[in-house]
Amino acid sequence: MNSGVAARPSRLGAAIDRFLRWREASIVLVAVLLIVYFQSANENFLSEANLSTLSQFIAASAIIACGEVMLLICGEIDLSVGQVFALAPFLMHFGTDAGMPIVVALLLSLVACGVIGLINGAITVMLKVPSFVTTLGTLYLLNGFTLTISHGSPVETGGSEAFADIMGAASYAEIIWAFGIVGIMHGVLRQTRWGLHTIAAGGNLTGAAEAGIHVARIKIGNFVLTSVLGGFTGILEAFRISSTDPLAGGQTIMFLAVAAGVIGGTPLAGGSGTIIGGLVGAIVLGVLKDGLSLQGVNAFAFDMVLGAAILIAMISNIHLRKLRRGAAR
Amino acid sequence: MTPDALRAEGITKRFGPLTALAGVSMHVAPGEILGILGDNGAGKSTLMKILTGFQPQTTGTLYVHGQEVALSSVDHARSLGIECVYQDLALVNGLSVFHNMFLNREIMRSFPPGMLNNGAMRRRAREVLADIGVSIPSVDLEVERLSGGQRQAVAVARAVSTKARILLLDEPLAAMGARESALIIDLILRLKAKGDLSIIMIMHNYAQTLEIADRVMLMQHGTVTYERKSSETSVAELMEIVRREYRARHAA
Repeated sequence: MNSGVAARPSRLGAAIDRFLRWREASIVLVAVLLIVYFQSANENFLSEANLSTLSQFIAASAIIACGEVMLLICGEIDLSVGQVFALAPFLMHFGTDAGMPIVVALLLSLVACGVIGLINGAITVMLKVPSFVTTLGTLYLLNGFTLTISHGSPVETGGSEAFADIMGAASYAEIIWAFGIVGIMHGVLRQTRWGLHTIAAGGNLTGAAEAGIHVARIKIGNFVLTSVLGGFTGILEAFRISSTDPLAGGQTIMFLAVAAGVIGGTPLAGGSGTIIGGLVGAIVLGVLKDGLSLQGVNAFAFDMVLGAAILIAMISNIHLRKLRRGAAR
Repeated sequence: MTPDALRAEGITKRFGPLTALAGVSMHVAPGEILGILGDNGAGKSTLMKILTGFQPQTTGTLYVHGQEVALSSVDHARSLGIECVYQDLALVNGLSVFHNMFLNREIMRSFPPGMLNNGAMRRRAREVLADIGVSIPSVDLEVERLSGGQRQAVAVARAVSTKARILLLDEPLAAMGARESALIIDLILRLKAKGDLSIIMIMHNYAQTLEIADRVMLMQHGTVTYERKSSETSVAELMEIVRREYRARHAA
């Protein structure tokens, strides 16, 4: 093709080309437009008080999206992460009840979440059950387990006030954790062998195996990662609302996280994806939810808007991708 | 006399009642290009899979540089310097050219530990490509944005960037236009000119095979039916053998 980047005469054209080739371009544009719209509709949108609320909408799905994006890239998905989210703070609660220091109970709870991820991964990879089905099974198993051990009723989250503040209770604690985890996971995906092999496993499973990559280890590792992130987020939320609820998280938080990843430009087909896109996807979903509720749109209508947003984001992503390819030739 | 780079004697392969290879003997000398021709089902791919260690032969013996070997796996064959470029290329479309060339052989930073040294891989990838005369717009391009010929060239570059002594190419010119083919043919000839790399190619096109290979081998129904130096045969002669065999089979 002759219409290469260099051939474009105007500087504006070149700038547009650069923007189009930036992976997260379409979704960043959507996020900015939404923020501008909600701020112009209601000047309280970017107020201190609302930013704190907004950050709570965003943080949980952004952290879990990090795990789901890694799984989607290597061609898998975890539907059970919302149930791990609910289980983790209960395990911590039972740990402290048994006399453990809360830090120890928290860490042991995360180890247990890791074991759940290991089981999800082993069933998927070793027994060759599609992860959609594997984690659908563990979703119900975990849900029943959490309801049983909690007798279906919430408990108060323990720990000192200072510890609780660090672990999510302070205004911006959770979003700070979210930004930190997103930063680390972005580095893992783009700058480490683990990230590279995750992309390879999803992009060309046979080819990756032929190159000697241990694709089973990569996939199982990403299941463990997703479960641990899900459990950790559940603990952060338990500290934030100072209540440990067996019905917290669930499918809602899981689908929000998957939606954040997909809206952010990670295809379900695997082989590519972006952590930053997942964060921006979570921001878009948070802004929509918060902005619409500020405008008095009710919770029922929200799901319609969310559904439409996913469709619009995906349609524009697919077509911007074609434009990007054109620009690169 | 230096031993053959690779030598196979009396190789057979049976899949249950089906005989895919009925006693194939072949050899390739250091620095030589051998072209293997034959119709679908002639046993070329089965032979290739045995030579790369992907599956074991039923009977027969393999020698690598004069040493008898029983290839136990693709990794084992690779450790002996046997590299293969498959028709499906084994490249990861979403990754850049340089990441593909170093897949699972990444150059890492010494500090901070565990981080990819993308700069070093980029430089080395450019060197390897320049060394074998492959021109790609940028090593940062994702492989999916390259043409079929460029992708094939990257796959070959990856194979020879290790210490490969024997390169197996599975239909390197399949589904390529004239310009793309010329690119790969030039690349193969440049690799040969560099010295002691032996190349075994599975091919479909007789004229292209005679142009590149030092020697051609015709396989039919699991056996080698004809073998000549390229300079001592012609497309017409090869075609005649295939036609004669076809008529004999259908007259019966």
